[in-house]
Amino acid sequence: MIRLEKRPQPSKAWTVLTPILAVILTMIFGGIMFGLIGTSPVEAIRTIFWDPLFHPQFANFSRPQLLVKAGPLILIAIGLSIGFRAGIWNIGAEGQYIIGAICGAGAGLALYPMESALILPLMVVAGALGGWAWAMIPALLKVKFGTNEILVSLMLVYVAENLLASVSSGLLRNPEGMGFPGSRNLSQWSSSQNLELIPNTGMHLGVLTAFIAVILAYVLLTRHIQGYNIRLTGEAPRAAKFSGVSPARTILFCLGLAGALAGMAGLFEVTGPAGQISIDFGSGYGFTAIIVAFLGRLHPVGILLAGLLMALTYIGGELAQLMLGVPGASIQLFQGMLLFFLLGVDVLTNYRVRFGAAEVA
Amino acid sequence: MIRRTLLATAAAGLTLAFGAPAMAQDVTKACFVYVGPIGDGGWTYQHHQGALAVKEAYGDKVEIAWQESVPEGADAERVITQMALSGCNIIFTTSFGYMDPTNNVAAKFPDVKFEHATGYKREHPNVSTYNARFYEGRAVVGHIAGKMTQTNKIGYIASFPIPEVIMGINSYFHHAKLANPDVELVVTWAYTWFDPAKEADAARAMLDQGVDVITAHTDSTAPLAEIAKEGGKAWGFGQASDMAAFTTNDDGTPGPRIASIIDEWSPYYVKRVGQLMDGTYGQIDSWAGMPEGEVVIGPMNDAIPDDVKAEAQAMIDAITAGEYHPFTGPINKQDGSAWLAEGETADDGTLLGMNFYIEGITGDIPN
Repeated sequence: MIRLEKRPQPSKAWTVLTPILAVILTMIFGGIMFGLIGTSPVEAIRTIFWDPLFHPQFANFSRPQLLVKAGPLILIAIGLSIGFRAGIWNIGAEGQYIIGAICGAGAGLALYPMESALILPLMVVAGALGGWAWAMIPALLKVKFGTNEILVSLMLVYVAENLLASVSSGLLRNPEGMGFPGSRNLSQWSSSQNLELIPNTGMHLGVLTAFIAVILAYVLLTRHIQGYNIRLTGEAPRAAKFSGVSPARTILFCLGLAGALAGMAGLFEVTGPAGQISIDFGSGYGFTAIIVAFLGRLHPVGILLAGLLMALTYIGGELAQLMLGVPGASIQLFQGMLLFFLLGVDVLTNYRVRFGAAEVA
Repeated sequence: MIRRTLLATAAAGLTLAFGAPAMAQDVTKACFVYVGPIGDGGWTYQHHQGALAVKEAYGDKVEIAWQESVPEGADAERVITQMALSGCNIIFTTSFGYMDPTNNVAAKFPDVKFEHATGYKREHPNVSTYNARFYEGRAVVGHIAGKMTQTNKIGYIASFPIPEVIMGINSYFHHAKLANPDVELVVTWAYTWFDPAKEADAARAMLDQGVDVITAHTDSTAPLAEIAKEGGKAWGFGQASDMAAFTTNDDGTPGPRIASIIDEWSPYYVKRVGQLMDGTYGQIDSWAGMPEGEVVIGPMNDAIPDDVKAEAQAMIDAITAGEYHPFTGPINKQDGSAWLAEGETADDGTLLGMNFYIEGITGDIPN
């Protein structure tokens, strides 16, 4: 008989060890899967985890790309994690990300073709406000009418996607685009482009903002009274109420912050790597960020590492497809395994495995 | 000292990264970026068939590589760059949304050839564009639709209001109307290229309105599956791919797919890779159709009466021979103003920027 016995305290050692164990398990089972489809397991695992960092031909390009890919994931996940800590489940970051991009791009394009150093900062503010406003819808509905923020924020993603399709083929469509959907290219307009701050490092404004967000979130959660209130609300809602923490204010703060960060992430993407508002602009970052937030154990530093790990599997997965010809679906399966094992072995943090029959109490 | 070495290493790395493939190759590497999975049974599947045809045509002299389901956004540029770094000599980017990323990467790799499907930007000498004259196929299925409809209502599941789609709607309706003056067209905008659930909903909504022949400008087989539920009272067409699975029902009766418009990219891919190998390659903007074998009408099934089959075949032959242009006047615009006079044919520029319906179509193009 194998039994699970709840630990009195989560194990510190296992908190650190479980992610490593999960990666090893993924390598083993992923390797078996690649073996079954006729690819050398060792080569596949090396291509995914090693080549993006150290391959002589690719690494100079893909190392900076890790930051580019991880930046928006980290920025969104940081915002989400603070809400999750307070038990506020914002599932609609994808929508806030899209609306942020639309508002920011719209603010900039309204001034096209003016040239000014103030345009990009204005767009960042507009993007943050757009994401914030979109998140205020579920927040206010929850505060005023007690609606479920999971449903409302999720449903608003679909609204945002339809708005995106509409503005791409209408309001924000490039007048010189031959009637095709899609805005002007914002990364090619010098006033709006979000370029790398240092060439060939991948560090654009969005990545920098993500790093700053990690530090500020850490300070907020460990040093600031608002962070304490948030943690208290999540862990002991009644105690929080008795100590005078307003649930309504916490909801507005957490959703608003997550929305603003997601909106900014959208703006940095649309002015940088994506370049334009188009129908397919929202490529699921808002949802992936939920995974990143939990993968990082809702801890700012954990999220930073989790974001980089996710980025690595994406870029490594692309290289594996390209170099080894493995199907795209196998890469998704591989990523799925990683998440499954990460969450699965997490049980070891909170429980002890006991062998033998249950003792009679 | 150390610092200088580091800088030198970085510089060497950069040359490696952006100095293009320095290695002389006997084997030409052709790479393909796909927007969907190769098993989508439609758009991407057909492009992949073209890639396989390249391998088949040149054997050991070529190597092919591809990447599926690449989102048209921030990820595309990275994927294309990685392909260029991996030593691809020619890279086909097979969806409209890859237009700017393709041109951006092309600027960094002047020695690699880039081919972008369905776009119009050729900002660098190493970028070519290619598309197919799908409206020729729409003309043929439009004729069949006009003949087959019992309710005089035919449908078009449209993806996005872009010239490509509007061209298709106009061509389909024009030829349905020539075949059957009483025909009415219902257009439903799905705002997607590939979403089986939405496509099925669109088909269902039309069938409920009494539409009995539907063509789709979206890529999945879902509309055909929905039409099949009508049990022989409604018909549809394969789109992008033959979708032959719907040709015959399990009981042997003719299935809902009565014909299809097949995108046949093989001739173009084989030709371009061949040109690259023999040194005759140059930058082009290709828009080929039935004459070049890039647009093909799949086998017509037995639900279509023989005389209609013969008429459709005659139209295919005429277009293939270059004797008939699907947009030949007289055709008026939706508001009644003249567009093409008797015998006049549409020029490519007008078609590529088409933003109006022709006379007889009700409703507005969404904006």
